[in-house]
Amino acid sequence: MNGSTSMLIAIASGKGGTGKTTIAVNLAVVLAQMGREVAYVDGDVEAPNGHLFFKPRIDARFPVDLPVPDLDKEICNSCGKCAEICQYGAIIRLGEQILIFPDLCHGCGGCRLVCPEGAIRENPRPIGVVEEGEAGSVGFIQGCLDIGHPLAPPVIRAARQRSPNRGIRLIDAPPGTACAAVQAVEGTDYVLLVAEPTPFGLNDLRLSVEMLRSMQLPFGLVINRADDGSGDMRRYCAAEQIDILLELPDDRRVAEVYSRGELMVEALPEYRPAFVELGNQLERRAA
Amino acid sequence: MKIGVSAKSGSMEAEVESRFGRCAFFLIVDSENMRFEAFSNPATSMSGGAGPRTVQEFVNRGAEVILTGHVGPKAESALSAANLEVVTGVSGKVKEAVEAFLAEKN
Amino acid sequence: MKELVVISGKGGTGKTSVVAALATLAEDKLLVDCDVDAANLYLLLQPQVRQSEPFSGGKQAWIDPDLCSACGQCGELCRYGAVRCSEEIWSVDPLACEGCGVCAWFCPDDAIRFEPVINGEWFTSNTRHGTLIHARLQAGGENSGKLVTLLRQRASGLGELLNLELIIADGSPGVGCQVIASLSGADLALVVSEPTLSGIHDFGRIADLTTHFTVPAVLCINKWDINPEMTARLEEEAERRGIEVVGRVRYDSAFTRAQRRGLSLVECDGEPAAEDLKGLWKNIQPLVVDGETTLKIV
Repeated sequence: MNGSTSMLIAIASGKGGTGKTTIAVNLAVVLAQMGREVAYVDGDVEAPNGHLFFKPRIDARFPVDLPVPDLDKEICNSCGKCAEICQYGAIIRLGEQILIFPDLCHGCGGCRLVCPEGAIRENPRPIGVVEEGEAGSVGFIQGCLDIGHPLAPPVIRAARQRSPNRGIRLIDAPPGTACAAVQAVEGTDYVLLVAEPTPFGLNDLRLSVEMLRSMQLPFGLVINRADDGSGDMRRYCAAEQIDILLELPDDRRVAEVYSRGELMVEALPEYRPAFVELGNQLERRAA
Repeated sequence: MKIGVSAKSGSMEAEVESRFGRCAFFLIVDSENMRFEAFSNPATSMSGGAGPRTVQEFVNRGAEVILTGHVGPKAESALSAANLEVVTGVSGKVKEAVEAFLAEKN
Repeated sequence: MKELVVISGKGGTGKTSVVAALATLAEDKLLVDCDVDAANLYLLLQPQVRQSEPFSGGKQAWIDPDLCSACGQCGELCRYGAVRCSEEIWSVDPLACEGCGVCAWFCPDDAIRFEPVINGEWFTSNTRHGTLIHARLQAGGENSGKLVTLLRQRASGLGELLNLELIIADGSPGVGCQVIASLSGADLALVVSEPTLSGIHDFGRIADLTTHFTVPAVLCINKWDINPEMTARLEEEAERRGIEVVGRVRYDSAFTRAQRRGLSLVECDGEPAAEDLKGLWKNIQPLVVDGETTLKIV
């Protein structure tokens, strides 16, 4: 298989800090070295870190906008239907006044549609940005949510939309199981979960598994920082028939390399074969 | 006049709630006779926009001035749009806060 | 009564372990786990649930196939791609539905129900370190921010009733709606960061967020000794922002051992990092005693 197959793989986790980005960036580099056409999409738009390891050249930036209401007070008759339809408190009526709070708006368009006078227009309000570029032969796309804005999913959606529809796309997902994580993994061909064999790690792995099963997405596991205590996690996987595609040991050198923003497969080349094998395993499962 | 006060519970002996939009209850006190009505605040569980929503509640109940601790920027916009006078930095019991306000006015 | 929220920006820096330590050291307090979609604090506290209540994140649309005339207008109006059509049966994907209600409002056949759905549960529990208020949001659950706000409300009310001094809230990673809901109106944000390039980058983001919401912030550097150079960089960044460093906790494999025993680190005898955590609490305590918060917001 060489670049003619299109695969969309999400790297996700219930718990934060388990190694999603470490796995995603190193896997991307190794797959590109194996001759695949690879794009890395940083979907962790609240705290995107992939760029620290790739140091990409950014060629383009696209603001991510949400259409928020803009009221023409001359035409408005204060009927308040816009405030009635809004589920988010972004438009309220106070006597004769209509007040708009764009930060709370979800961009559903209801207010504009419902206004009997046509007094509401929609203006694009930036909530984040998608950056596109390259890191060597890996295509790089990053979504970043503006500080203060609550809604991550539209930025994640925008980042995914900018990724090319060919080759292997690796989506670095945000941690957790709430709507942002769902937005990052939905519709992918395969989800690679990354977990640590600690009680917190196992707890959050169960939650991720529940989420992925309800979404009917195929998935497998990478156990990161595996140590003597990994038995519980391995037993859980065996009982639940979850494939473990890779186990990385608890190696302090890996933590140090990571802390410096370096790639594991370059600073510690003895780890490269593990990622090659991971790449092969994924291609078997996701195709 | 009708004085609105953000409160932690529904009586004149209640403590003033300093966080305007998060008040569990709000009282409307009639300064003519010091009679009051207490309402629970539906905005408390809103993750965003609780301030403006709380303003809406006060407006709906006819408050002309509001006594509270502090208000956030969204609530401020709503208050000025509604032309409501607001006194911030208010603390203590509702009854005393209202009395102090009326004393200063006269 | 003051509210201390522990956040991080980056995930996995040790928020929950720090909260558990503070829970052991502080008195007259109440605990809230605001990390509602991946709650971990309960694993160290073994809560006994006293009260549980269902949570509704919002409303969801549901198309009644008996009334639907397949006009497809809902599909045109939905901006979230939640309306699906399969073999001429139109339906709404509950995971994609954002609960805006537009499809239901305009359906010409009135075929769409738009009703509150239960997508989580929240609990008031007893633990050896006081009351814990926590929750479980269903996977894909909408409006986690609303659940967080609810938990904090409950904590606030209960704390007043019990005449407590302090609420300690375990936050979630990130800077989005869940974290914003944890932060707004809090008295102090304790940022737990790690000395890595990612950690420094995300510290900047979370610090921007605390400034944006005018919540005073302080910093604890966890696992500081895995990279003293990065620790120095992190401290420089904190100083540049006027954020005081109130704790430096060393890397200690005992954290995982304690986790496996269901304990906070300070409950385990003789662990070196326990001294660091006690030092952290000693620095935070004066900042969250009533009437004495002198921190300015930068």
